[in-house]
Amino acid sequence: MMLKIGAALVLSVVLLSALAPLIAPYDPTKRAGDPLAPPSVAHFFGTDNLGRDVFSRVLYGGQVIIGISLLATLMSAAVGFTLGMFSGYVGGKLDKALSMAMDSMYAFPSLILAIAIASVLGPSPLNAAAAIGVVYVPTYFRMARNETMVVKSSLFIEAAVALGMPRRRILFRHILPNLVPSLVVVATINIADAALTESALAFFGYTVTPPTPDWGLDLSSARSYIVNGSWWLLTPGGFVVITALGFSMLGEGLGEKLGKKEV
Amino acid sequence: MSLLRYAVFRLALAVPTLLILLTVVFFVLRVIPGNPIVAMVGMKAPPEYVEQLIREAGLDKPLHEQYLEYLVHVFTGNLGKSLIFGKRDVSLEIMDRLPATVELALAAFLVSIALGHLFGFMAARYGGKIDLTARVYAMVTYVLFIPFIGLALQLVFSVWLGIFPVAGRITPGLEPPRVTGLYLVDSLLAGRLDSFVDALWHLALPSFTLGLVLSGVFVRLIRNNMVKTLGEDFVYAYRAIGFPERRVLWKAYRVAIVPTVTMMGLQLALLLQGAVLTETTFSWPGLGTLLLERIQYLDYPTVQGAVVVFVLIVVFMNVAVDIINALLDPRVRRGL
Repeated sequence: MMLKIGAALVLSVVLLSALAPLIAPYDPTKRAGDPLAPPSVAHFFGTDNLGRDVFSRVLYGGQVIIGISLLATLMSAAVGFTLGMFSGYVGGKLDKALSMAMDSMYAFPSLILAIAIASVLGPSPLNAAAAIGVVYVPTYFRMARNETMVVKSSLFIEAAVALGMPRRRILFRHILPNLVPSLVVVATINIADAALTESALAFFGYTVTPPTPDWGLDLSSARSYIVNGSWWLLTPGGFVVITALGFSMLGEGLGEKLGKKEV
Repeated sequence: MSLLRYAVFRLALAVPTLLILLTVVFFVLRVIPGNPIVAMVGMKAPPEYVEQLIREAGLDKPLHEQYLEYLVHVFTGNLGKSLIFGKRDVSLEIMDRLPATVELALAAFLVSIALGHLFGFMAARYGGKIDLTARVYAMVTYVLFIPFIGLALQLVFSVWLGIFPVAGRITPGLEPPRVTGLYLVDSLLAGRLDSFVDALWHLALPSFTLGLVLSGVFVRLIRNNMVKTLGEDFVYAYRAIGFPERRVLWKAYRVAIVPTVTMMGLQLALLLQGAVLTETTFSWPGLGTLLLERIQYLDYPTVQGAVVVFVLIVVFMNVAVDIINALLDPRVRRGL
């Protein structure tokens, strides 16, 4: 149930934004009607203060948030997962030191760190992805490390070591496959967090520069028009919630299916 | 181990964490970019002026010296001077804003605990459809993007219904004389009921917004711990003896609540980052808005100071939570 609803939400958001050039009735950056016109047949979600079509902006804005969130998730998964697997397998002092560093970072509010990084790097989609990617490294590190510790003590690993298999082969051919289900679950749920962080960074102006549409950025432009532009205020933010909900439901659903309860 | 010894040990354990986080902050704010001062005053500033600022900020020294100086400054409470607004001490700027964040975070925490108890308890007690509802509630509230839900609540309760003020912390002129900096406390100390009501009215929407978003986590925590505890033998025994259900639930609750305290500590990061978003949404003059404002003014010492204060809050609150936990559950003390 959870899996199906999550998949449906994710699929529709991804499809809508991927097919934006085909679906969007107007150019998202150009004036398409009267400013601050309420929803109508011509403009499903009304228009913004510059007369741009909010529906078209929402469709294109999806590309930005989903692109940045996926890129950030890939980055933090690649770094955190590899590091965690290695640290868990090697153990000893290195593992202690790395775990301590990762746990410390994990306790710190990721958004505040992301704001600091993004403010230093300057506003751009790539920089935002890097900032989000860095702050979620500990999430993957912890998961990969803990699971590697468990798998490490299995007989088949002992056998591989006894056969003199090189460490890299043991890690990537024998341990990694056992970690894939957890990785998939954690990463899917993490996309939801990444999307929320992306929207927050966009809200503060660290992702794209106007007139490029981005849900967080559009929400922050719309706040000045709360009195006479409520439709504009509610749509981009609503889509952030739908997207994040879709990914977290999909992740939890997958977790149930794969027998991985909240890793 | 006595509680005092545990507290001392736990505090000592916090030192490496503190150093790691302070190092991360140093690295992010000083090592990544070329020169924060140039970024701050712009390329067009006269070179002598830039050099003077660089020297004042100590950025002409080698990196390791800067690092040591930075650590010494943090541990002696010297956060430097702001680059704007009359170059006030950063620590003063922060003390002006910190109480607002604390007041918001505390109020939001109370809201989320209340909502978490309500839904978590009901879910554990009645199960079935109510349990499912609580699960959906937890999921949906967690992903509510704070600026979105905050602005939506503003739209409904402030713009349309006119019940609560749109933004800000208090109506100008009604500020109580400063003692703690928490308006609710200060207005009571000064006996100013008008200030108290006004501050509470301003606090209502922001704290509800943040509390609502955090409450999902507490619903899950309380539900899971209650379900687990209700399945234990002692509950079965109480029921067999014929204790009234209310008393059985109360007994179970007291056992179930202990492990949630540690977990609550882990939500601190969520609470703080949520506070930053809530403050921006409601123009709440706290530490989060200070951080974001000063990033825009490129007031780099204040930016660093604000982030460092967030680090200090995280580290010391985590110690405090662990000590409270050791107080509630003596087994924790032995585990160290």
